[in-house]
Amino acid sequence: MDTPTLAVFKLASCDGCQLTVLDCEDELLALAGRVRIAHFLEATSAVEPGPYDVTLVEGSITTAADAERIRQLRAESKVLVAIGACATAGGIQALRNFGDVAEFASVVYARPDYIETLATSTAVADHVPVDFELRGCPIDKHQLLEVLTAFLAGRKPDLPDTSVCTECKRRGLTCVMVADGTPCLGPVTHAGCGALCPAYRRGCFGCFGPMTKPNVAALIPRLRAAGMSDGDVDRVFHTFNAASAGWSS
Amino acid sequence: MSHRARQLKVSSLARVEGEGALHVTVRDGVVERADLQIYEPPRFFEALLRGRSYTEPPDITARICGICPVAYQTSACNAIEDACGVRIDGAIRELRRLLYCGEWISSHALHIYLLHAPDFLGYPDAIALATDHREIVERGLLLKKAGNAILDLVGGRAIHPINVRVGGFYSAPDHARLDRLAQQLRPALDAAVATVRWVAGFDFPDLELEHELLAAHDPARYAIESGTSLRRSAGTGFEVDAFSNHIVEQQVPHSTALHASLDGGRYLTGPLARYTLNRAQLSPLASRLAAEAGLGGECRNPFRSIVVRAVETVYAVEEALRLIEAYRPPEPPYVVVPARDGVGHGVSEAPRGLLYHRYEIGADGLVRSATIVPPTAQNQAAIEDDLRQVVAANLELGDQPLTGLCERTIRNYDPCISCSTHFLDLTVERQ
Repeated sequence: MDTPTLAVFKLASCDGCQLTVLDCEDELLALAGRVRIAHFLEATSAVEPGPYDVTLVEGSITTAADAERIRQLRAESKVLVAIGACATAGGIQALRNFGDVAEFASVVYARPDYIETLATSTAVADHVPVDFELRGCPIDKHQLLEVLTAFLAGRKPDLPDTSVCTECKRRGLTCVMVADGTPCLGPVTHAGCGALCPAYRRGCFGCFGPMTKPNVAALIPRLRAAGMSDGDVDRVFHTFNAASAGWSS
Repeated sequence: MSHRARQLKVSSLARVEGEGALHVTVRDGVVERADLQIYEPPRFFEALLRGRSYTEPPDITARICGICPVAYQTSACNAIEDACGVRIDGAIRELRRLLYCGEWISSHALHIYLLHAPDFLGYPDAIALATDHREIVERGLLLKKAGNAILDLVGGRAIHPINVRVGGFYSAPDHARLDRLAQQLRPALDAAVATVRWVAGFDFPDLELEHELLAAHDPARYAIESGTSLRRSAGTGFEVDAFSNHIVEQQVPHSTALHASLDGGRYLTGPLARYTLNRAQLSPLASRLAAEAGLGGECRNPFRSIVVRAVETVYAVEEALRLIEAYRPPEPPYVVVPARDGVGHGVSEAPRGLLYHRYEIGADGLVRSATIVPPTAQNQAAIEDDLRQVVAANLELGDQPLTGLCERTIRNYDPCISCSTHFLDLTVERQ
């Protein structure tokens, strides 16, 4: 069998999720022995045309050209994995979806007419079918390795679809909301980070986005009781996964 | 080749971060234009920060760049604390510097080993380099991992750390954990020293540039996590809060990144500027290695930026070890910073150059306006000028080697294109 090919592409994003591949210092050379990296511009100037066996896409769709590019990538990819909050929920730049993009452009650019952009920032799955969505802003290295290993082995990734609370309990951390009265989105946030913020005595701010069927309505009174104003509550849900369906209501 | 139109396309600029293209026009043997077109889609950070709480910019602006999030977090904290009239010193400031050293080590190791060195050795990437020189790439990865270990411990994670807040940190590491970190940093210091000696032996094209240089300056030590003023190679320096009196950003039609100028002129920030302006503050070991590597009193050859990065990596590893040695856990790990109506300015030295933030905050604690001037915007005019000079000096080369040289020129900086809000189409048009 031929060595499977891996491609990494980016759309509108900070490069942090694809950098996670290079942050696998202990696994990078081993991974490079198992796959042929056919396209990964942040890492190599050697570029092969598709089709690719596994394609990772970071970033959201914010231009007409990228909307076209993702359709091409889908057609060229056996397995397409959207990685990170931008690719799975539109990212921080989806805050434009709740405002006026022309006004945004006028704040940043003296000549907004030079700027080509869509009025919205949307997830990859809003444009093409994806085989898997890996959450996080940024994604977690261990989860990424599980996803790559799984698709290279032809199986589905084995990743938790629970809340950050379950990771917190498994880690034996004291609940920051119960013990310290610190507002925390852990009960409604998708697992994956390993309960990082509570381990640092900070409340979860939801960078992995909503878990499946989050009970946001039940959490809001608790956040208020912990001292968050209405504005604080609105803003904390309107950050890195603002356009995600689970929280946007 | 004159009077003959030729177009050369390279599908992409690799081993940089973000998306861009380069268009060079040569007419009758004269380089007319060299436009670095940054077409990274705009993400409008300065617009979306309006109306956010003054506690939020460190988390939000980290997402401007996955390679240097700590720089964004730190410049944001510096500016917001300035607006609120709070100065961070002592153990909290030292912990902030330690975190920033982690980013310098990790980002410099990434730049040196994974993005830049393959150019000098004729490989497309570090993975291909590893097939012939595995021990070298493993050394780079060890160094990078040591930087990331600092980021993981002090910041919570290597990309977009979660432990940074206005006023300090959510929690401070204990001695036992830092001692284990120091054990990982000691072999990294050997790797950093070996890195300087390795890159010093590369073959550097002759090129001396006359850009003005600008870097943050701290009278007490090599400026990393903050600066009390800005130092420049020509003229006298200025205070951080006078930044916008001297530096003006302008939009150019061919790029989504803004072009900045210093008192109307082109200038450069980053490793060459820091070394040339602040080298007297390097550690004895870093200074000795710089001299051994042939850097001299100043460094104006952008291809030698890889050597400066290696010297700075030695400094950052030593500095991290020193900070760990002197560490006293701050209790609490933050200073309370009450919101007040005001304007604040903050700088820090991102691995690729000076990063300035300015916030206007209301008494209600909401951000009224935000201005962020990343290294890419500041360096873009200088990079384009380098490209003009490199093309002009090498017109006898065929399209393919010339294209390669242009790509290398850009990689001297790794224009962190996602800062402007990677990928480069290179077109050389000869008419």
